[in-house]
Amino acid sequence: PIKRFSLRNINTISIMGPKAPAKSKSKSKDSTAAGKIRKSRNYEITPGVVRFSKSRMYHKKALYKKIKHGKREGKKKEIKETVVKKELGGKNGGFRMVRKKKAPQFYHPEGCPKPRLRKRSTKIGQGATKLRSSLTPGTVCILLAGRHKGKRVVFLKQLQSGLLLVSGPFKINGCPIRRMQQSFVIATSTKLEVGSVPAHLDDNYFRRIRLTGSSSGKKKDEDIFATTKEKYEVSEQRKKDQAEVDKMIMESLNKNPDKNNLKKYLGATFGLRHGMFPHELKF
Amino acid sequence: MVFERYVEVGRVALVSCGPYKGKVCAIIDVIDQNRALVEGPSTKQGEEGVPRQAIRFKLLQLLPYKIKIAHTTRSKALKSAWDKESISTKWTTSIVCQKLDARKRRQLLTDFDRFKLMKTKQRRQRLIRLCMGPKPKDKANK
Repeated sequence: PIKRFSLRNINTISIMGPKAPAKSKSKSKDSTAAGKIRKSRNYEITPGVVRFSKSRMYHKKALYKKIKHGKREGKKKEIKETVVKKELGGKNGGFRMVRKKKAPQFYHPEGCPKPRLRKRSTKIGQGATKLRSSLTPGTVCILLAGRHKGKRVVFLKQLQSGLLLVSGPFKINGCPIRRMQQSFVIATSTKLEVGSVPAHLDDNYFRRIRLTGSSSGKKKDEDIFATTKEKYEVSEQRKKDQAEVDKMIMESLNKNPDKNNLKKYLGATFGLRHGMFPHELKF
Repeated sequence: MVFERYVEVGRVALVSCGPYKGKVCAIIDVIDQNRALVEGPSTKQGEEGVPRQAIRFKLLQLLPYKIKIAHTTRSKALKSAWDKESISTKWTTSIVCQKLDARKRRQLLTDFDRFKLMKTKQRRQRLIRLCMGPKPKDKANK
């Protein structure tokens, strides 16, 4: 009969092979060259339950000698919670105690609420939003929202924030180099070969410019009746970059054998017609 | 209305549902009120036929073709009878088959393909209208 191995039996079972049983005091270490079997101080009473607890074992093994603990922190410095403030003027006791740290204004009825999860992480190196496999640089996409909805534009690259950088090209359909959310874009299977976009076109470049004179700015001496609205004007930098990017796209378009149709395609707006069901359409 | 296509051994039918949808097979035997034993050799190169199996009559659409076989013939005999009547050619050249294929092709069109198709149709219509000449004025509307 094979003896089942358990912590309980460890003293009596020989793992290294048959050995003269029982007579040798099991306390002695089995000093064979190939590994020693130590007698365990602890054993299982039933599976999962050991005879001696962790703290007992700590003392049995004299781990206080072996395990070195770091230096314990000294007593915390007493932080004064209140500060004495001298009160001048007669009959108010001369001083009052003021809290250094103000009591919270609001105690949440359900305990402290969890901080909101940040949906967009802009960790460098780690892709923020996962880009759909159907979106590769040069893919023609259909924009589904925003000013340019329905337009077919060329996807250029994914920016750090996860947004997509797209361009009409501007000459063809009036959509400039712009950022777009991935979820509001349908990627078609039409692909163009575009090179790399200039590196300075990043999220910072496309940051919204707040116009002075709009509702946000309140200047003291501003005339309330002034009706001057600052208009948004396209910067020269933008025009230059647009021309550069569009040149790259047009070049690849002209190389394509189907260029005439493609140019018309990019200029046309997408719309659902009779009998077109988006879940059945292949893009 | 007189029925022309009957369920009989050798009747060629189109499978309308399931994994063999769109494929053509012959009824080899009738199992019971609802089911038939069918088998169909492949009609197109590269495409598999319908393996021998029981199919519900509801999933079959009877075609106007029939082959001469005895009930529960072997696949080999079935194939030779099938080829003798050249069912494959008759089927692939039939309007029904062509329409089904056209539907399949239309389903696989990409957005760009659909655009090109639309443009081609427009061009075609313009040419047709040119050929037809200007519309004659309706005397009744005057």
